[in-house]
Amino acid sequence: MNPIILALVTVVLGVIACVTYFFGSNWVLDRIYPDTGPNAGRNINRANAVRPWLFMLPAIAILGLYLVYPVFNSIWLSMMDRSRENFVGLENYRWMIADDKFQESLFNNAMWLIIVPAMSTLFGLIAAGLTDRIWWGNIAKSLIFMPMAISFVGASVIWKFIYDYRGEDQTQIGLLNSIVTSLGGDPQAWITIPFWNDIFLMVILIWIQTGFAMVILSAALRGIPEETIEAAVLDGAGPLTVFFKIKIPQIAGTIAVVWTTITILVLKVFDIVFAMTNGEWGTQVLANYMYRMTFIDGHAGRGSAIALTIMVLVIPIMIWNIRNALKENA
Amino acid sequence: MLGLAGKSPALVWVVNLSALLLVVLWTIPTFGIFVSSLRDRDAISTSGWWTALSASEQSLVARAGAPDDAQQVGGAWVVAGSVFEDGTTGDVTAFGSRAQDPTSNEPGEPLVLRDDGVLEIAVNGDYTITYADQPEGRRGARIFYTTEVPPTVTTENYEAVLSSEGVAQSFLNSLTVSIPATIIPILIAAFAAYALAWMQFPGRIMLVAIIVGLLVVPLQLSLIPLLKFYGVVGEAFGVSAKGYVGIWLAHTGFGLPLAVYLLRNYMAGLPREVIESARVDGATDFGIFMRIVLPLSFPALASFAIFQFLWTWNDLLIAKVFLGQSDNQMVLTGRLVELLGSRGGDWEILTTSAFITIIVPLVVFFSMQRYLVRGLLAGSVKGG
Repeated sequence: MNPIILALVTVVLGVIACVTYFFGSNWVLDRIYPDTGPNAGRNINRANAVRPWLFMLPAIAILGLYLVYPVFNSIWLSMMDRSRENFVGLENYRWMIADDKFQESLFNNAMWLIIVPAMSTLFGLIAAGLTDRIWWGNIAKSLIFMPMAISFVGASVIWKFIYDYRGEDQTQIGLLNSIVTSLGGDPQAWITIPFWNDIFLMVILIWIQTGFAMVILSAALRGIPEETIEAAVLDGAGPLTVFFKIKIPQIAGTIAVVWTTITILVLKVFDIVFAMTNGEWGTQVLANYMYRMTFIDGHAGRGSAIALTIMVLVIPIMIWNIRNALKENA
Repeated sequence: MLGLAGKSPALVWVVNLSALLLVVLWTIPTFGIFVSSLRDRDAISTSGWWTALSASEQSLVARAGAPDDAQQVGGAWVVAGSVFEDGTTGDVTAFGSRAQDPTSNEPGEPLVLRDDGVLEIAVNGDYTITYADQPEGRRGARIFYTTEVPPTVTTENYEAVLSSEGVAQSFLNSLTVSIPATIIPILIAAFAAYALAWMQFPGRIMLVAIIVGLLVVPLQLSLIPLLKFYGVVGEAFGVSAKGYVGIWLAHTGFGLPLAVYLLRNYMAGLPREVIESARVDGATDFGIFMRIVLPLSFPALASFAIFQFLWTWNDLLIAKVFLGQSDNQMVLTGRLVELLGSRGGDWEILTTSAFITIIVPLVVFFSMQRYLVRGLLAGSVKGG
């Protein structure tokens, strides 16, 4: 069968199955605990105690299987050898700590973690500040936001074209080398220069994430009460002072949210490195190394250990998010 | 806020120019591959895409007719023809008779050849070589000339890529993955979100906290355990572990935390009176959900749908792990990575394929940006 027809049939069947489940289970519940007769009051209470769990059962089952179980299974797997049969204790972790490529990945991830969220937030803030003051701000916002819709792989092709390198005697068709040669410099194979190639890969993610930061920060900037700004202006503050001393402190919470969101994304960055360099020339990162270890080298134990490293790095942000959520709902 | 900038014209200019610079920087990369995808192979590899609108210069060589074939015209012998006889076109901007100096003369400017013939070329490529006496020789003179070819737009890259590189099939495969992977989680999440927003039961806040925690669990952690699980299930049912059902459910699982979180936040903000009064009128939870909450939650449903569609369409990792590498399972992102490896320098293939992969998300993005922004503002703790 043509896959696209299969997909559409699945959608229809899935919708019918879901509706049947929710409707059917409710109907059954109402039959078991009828809201009439001698025990009506008790029955209604019991039905109301069960009903939420019927509504949540599919979601809980899927979340359990796809996100919760894998965490614990990964911990177990990370203590197994290549064949996944023999228990080796902490051997994979010992290997990991001593491994050069792992250290390189950790170092590169740390660089990504420092540079990408900072630059995306900074550019996002600048873009938000500028576009809120011009009459064509919405068009400008749309265009800066656009890379957000582009896949990391698509973005990698777009930027690989910009970084394209040809021999010195040839016409440079890559934008970057063309600019460099027109300024009198020598063309470079940018993505093979250690250290700097990391920066060139980060540019891609910054390019994508700036729009996200801009949209959120722009909304926060507009939410600042006018009075605080007017008061500052009456006291003689210039536009820059107003921006840094009045506006920034008031949106500090939002900046933190943007920063952590991009941080989590950065920890999991895979596609860009995979498509641009596949970890060559000193650009390896944890997510790509995990993929390589598991699916190319075929060592699920070591792969799991690397994946758990990413998890451990995410946990502080996770706790922070949970605490905020509990505070809001308390 | 606007008033501050409006006071000083200089500041207005600075703000406008800075914004323009930012917009140009952010759009030029995408614009570059779009322009390149419309240029032909030779043009892409000989000049930068930013020159696409200016005419491109080419240096070519043609061989004139043999002196033996010269015709007597009046008192002289003339060899005539056109340098474009081989099918090339354009305007001649310069010509010469020696390889060392191929641009010595301009059209209309006569050039004396080594055998005393006088060569003249018009802009349109017609040339004449005039001899005073009857010339001899079987080989015609070589003419070096430079032409300016006007810029051309071609769709042949798209035709080539869609017909031969498997991109068309991958396009369908991507749709096959994305559509169910967008709709299934919405259905499941909507019910759970309603329960978490409007039903009273012990442990509700705890569950919300768990969902928020699950938002940031790296999916790298899930790959091996799930692949193992799929292997067991596939074996039990005698089907391959890699297939569309598996990836639909995987995307559902990874998208659910955000779906539940977004929808719960939105539903919890609906007016309490509407729901309470329906309850007083005897409506069941199921009825309230279907008739009141679901229709009112349309903006949140749309926000999540756009997120999930963009995410599943643009995903590479999950497709690489849970789908096979055969033609009828490879999605667009996977195809693009493969082409990047196998057709590394063929930019006419790469730029065109890249543009095909991003066109659907761009259309979705520009047509539904409002909902996307709303979703972002509501769910900005999500890690992506």
